Amino acid sequence: MHQPANIEELQDFVRASQNIRVCGAGTKPALSAGANVSTSGMSGILEYEPSEYTFTALAGTPLSEIRDALAENGQLFPFDPPLVEAGATLGGTTASGLSGPGRFRYGGIRDFILGVKMVTGEGRAVFGGGKVVKNAAGFDIPKLVTGSLGRLGVLVELTFKVFPVPETWTTICADFPRLETGNSAIIRLAMAQEELQCLDFEPPGRLWLRLGGLSAAVDGRVDRVRNLLQQVDAGVKNEVLSGTEDAQAWNDAREFRWVPVNHQLIKLPVSSAQVVIAEQLLAEASFESVRRYSVGGNVLWLAVPERVGGDEVDRLCQQLGRPALALTGSWSDPQRGLRHGRAFAERLLTVFDPDSRFEMTTTA
Amino acid sequence: MSAEPDSASVQNITAFFAELNRIYSTDRILTNKAQLAPYESDGLTCFRARPCGVVLPENQQEVIDTVRLCHRFAMPFVARGSGTSLSGGAVPIENGLVIAMNRLNKILDYDAEQRTVVVEPGVINLKVSQHVAGDQLYYAPDPSSGPVCTIGGNVAFNSGGAHCLKYGMTSNHVLGIKAVLPDGEIVELGGDSLESVGQDLTGMFIGSEGLFGVALEVTLRLLPKPEKYYTLQAAYDSLEKAGNAVAMVVASGLLPGAMEIMDRLSMDAADAAIGAGYPQDAAAVLIVELEGTTDEVEAEMPLLHSVIEESGAYIVEAAKDDAHRTKIWTGRKSAFSAVGRLSPDFIVQDGVVPRTRLAEALAEIERLSGKYGIRVANVFHAGDGNLHPLVMFDGREEGALHKAEELSGEIIRLCIRLGGSITGEHGVGLEKRMYLGEMYGEDDIEFMHRLQHAVDPLELANRGKKLPAATAPALLTRGAHPLEKQGVIFRD
Repeated sequence: MHQPANIEELQDFVRASQNIRVCGAGTKPALSAGANVSTSGMSGILEYEPSEYTFTALAGTPLSEIRDALAENGQLFPFDPPLVEAGATLGGTTASGLSGPGRFRYGGIRDFILGVKMVTGEGRAVFGGGKVVKNAAGFDIPKLVTGSLGRLGVLVELTFKVFPVPETWTTICADFPRLETGNSAIIRLAMAQEELQCLDFEPPGRLWLRLGGLSAAVDGRVDRVRNLLQQVDAGVKNEVLSGTEDAQAWNDAREFRWVPVNHQLIKLPVSSAQVVIAEQLLAEASFESVRRYSVGGNVLWLAVPERVGGDEVDRLCQQLGRPALALTGSWSDPQRGLRHGRAFAERLLTVFDPDSRFEMTTTA
Repeated sequence: MSAEPDSASVQNITAFFAELNRIYSTDRILTNKAQLAPYESDGLTCFRARPCGVVLPENQQEVIDTVRLCHRFAMPFVARGSGTSLSGGAVPIENGLVIAMNRLNKILDYDAEQRTVVVEPGVINLKVSQHVAGDQLYYAPDPSSGPVCTIGGNVAFNSGGAHCLKYGMTSNHVLGIKAVLPDGEIVELGGDSLESVGQDLTGMFIGSEGLFGVALEVTLRLLPKPEKYYTLQAAYDSLEKAGNAVAMVVASGLLPGAMEIMDRLSMDAADAAIGAGYPQDAAAVLIVELEGTTDEVEAEMPLLHSVIEESGAYIVEAAKDDAHRTKIWTGRKSAFSAVGRLSPDFIVQDGVVPRTRLAEALAEIERLSGKYGIRVANVFHAGDGNLHPLVMFDGREEGALHKAEELSGEIIRLCIRLGGSITGEHGVGLEKRMYLGEMYGEDDIEFMHRLQHAVDPLELANRGKKLPAATAPALLTRGAHPLEKQGVIFRD
């Protein structure tokens, strides 16, 4: 495994290699299997100015290191990246396009990336975007590389926008007697003006909500949300968690601790209108699974036993009309299901990687 | 690198128009001088070019057929919304075709529960929020030209507005795009979910200023309307104090929906134009707007007031009701067109500087203004460091335009020097191409050219925009856009 210490070494490696697969900390083994180059030699925060709401760091920097620096200055990642404790890196998170439950309020990782420096398939260093929170110059290469799974090049430096940490967090855990009313609650809450930070759902009926803000306001906000839940289904039971219990609940969610051993984790973008259908399809499937819906029903995190293969996942994707991304397990291609925009992607790829050095079994 | 934009490169203009007549009824192909005149420039009136024709498609298929026809005949084209671009992005290619998208103005699919709406590109920005208001939802990106500009134009330029600090720009509110590439191939990018897999092609398309083709359908993300707004306007005896106040608000952990600053000159203009009534001796006013749930906003209000007090504001005016809030915003939004009345001509800049260097940037702009003997009014989105210096001049004076452009150029270079951007939201268009190479290295510019060519080898889609390229159309006139003079649109 090659471990360049700087961009020049990385450029040399790229120019001399084929079938290049990048690895950060390997927290998404399905994406970094067979990697031959690691970013761990390029780690560290390069610039951080809290009053600018921006930071720049090398791709191999562990998220935990950045999170701690941000926290010291009362700031956080608004896109709430997963697998921080597991050791995920900034570059790997960007390349896999992953956001966590807290993205519900303000946006996902692609909404907060500002700038990127990367090495393309020709071994050239390219800079895209900028370092300030607002920029309309040049093509939005930073967004393009978000979720690009190492196909366009190796990410070296990344600049992100951050937000202030709320004074306090509170969680409401609500148990609905039926899937349908639980799902109705998700829809109601997503349309409401409550400014929820997180809106997760563990079928058949458990909702996890998080609110962040000033302590003086939190009780009033919690009451309103509990009333709303009651209106959807008078049979709902709910409890409020704060302090360490609140922190633990979302830590567990971010680290996917609910995924059973010997299970593979798959990300499926969906919509809240599809939750009930997805549950039906998975109940009828030839395999059992554990599921958690996040971001107001916009993503399904699906845990399936190791023996479940690409065909079965593709079938589910087809039924839901969605793509999917396997994060763990071994797959010939971790990217499953629908693939849009190929014509556009292929043309861009001829510039980013004309000689197809970044080996993936897919093109987009 | 790019072909010269003249009609000789179009293989057979007569054959081209014959084919065009098979797509459109004659009343929807404009070719005579009088009909073409309104399309010859955009919000940046100093650039002008005459197209060979303007077509008025009424559905997606006509747009697709037109793009395919243009490709067959190597005819450069510009897809145009309402033409409010402030960077020359919608100026026609000389002798090229203009595809006027305004009649593709249907709202195709609105799903309140999913908080999504699919629109045709000709839909007016403000109309989206109006359409969904009944469900207590709204479409967040709010450029000041909102009553007039189109979603398609917003997509092409990644339009911003006053609420970008908290909510981002157009790109943060578009989930999917169906587009026709310059060679006629149709692509679907993104979808209707907030989450996705794979590279963000939608994000790459947005802000490409038409170089990657024409959007046919756009899926927008809607947000619940904030329950409560709290708007205050604070007066300072120096621009520097106002700038520092912004830093203090940020440091307090508050995340306002908007933070705007106006300087003395822009206040004078707004006073003269609409009787806005700013404090007579204020050097600057800062508008801060909180938004959110009633509980949260009411808890934030005392914190905001204590920060503003500490920042040395000598007058603080808090909006008592909706009407008062509207009055504060009307004053701010009138600034550009108001300045247009103070001065026969003006150039609007759109640079961004890191927030911590705002005071430095303003001091330097003041110094440059003195050096050139040219008045510069400053209105800006202080929250994200996005400046809008209004460089005022009289085009009838010999050499005045040139001096004003030189000064503008120095301001742009200042932004680059301070680590910012040449454009926060107006885009590069025609106006700022020459500065792109100072913000990005030669290699990066070349890379962007290659990306453009990979998607549009013939350079037909909005040729010459966004990237430094061939000659610009002649500078012919300047001054406020007719709609600005009427107070219908405001620059921002």
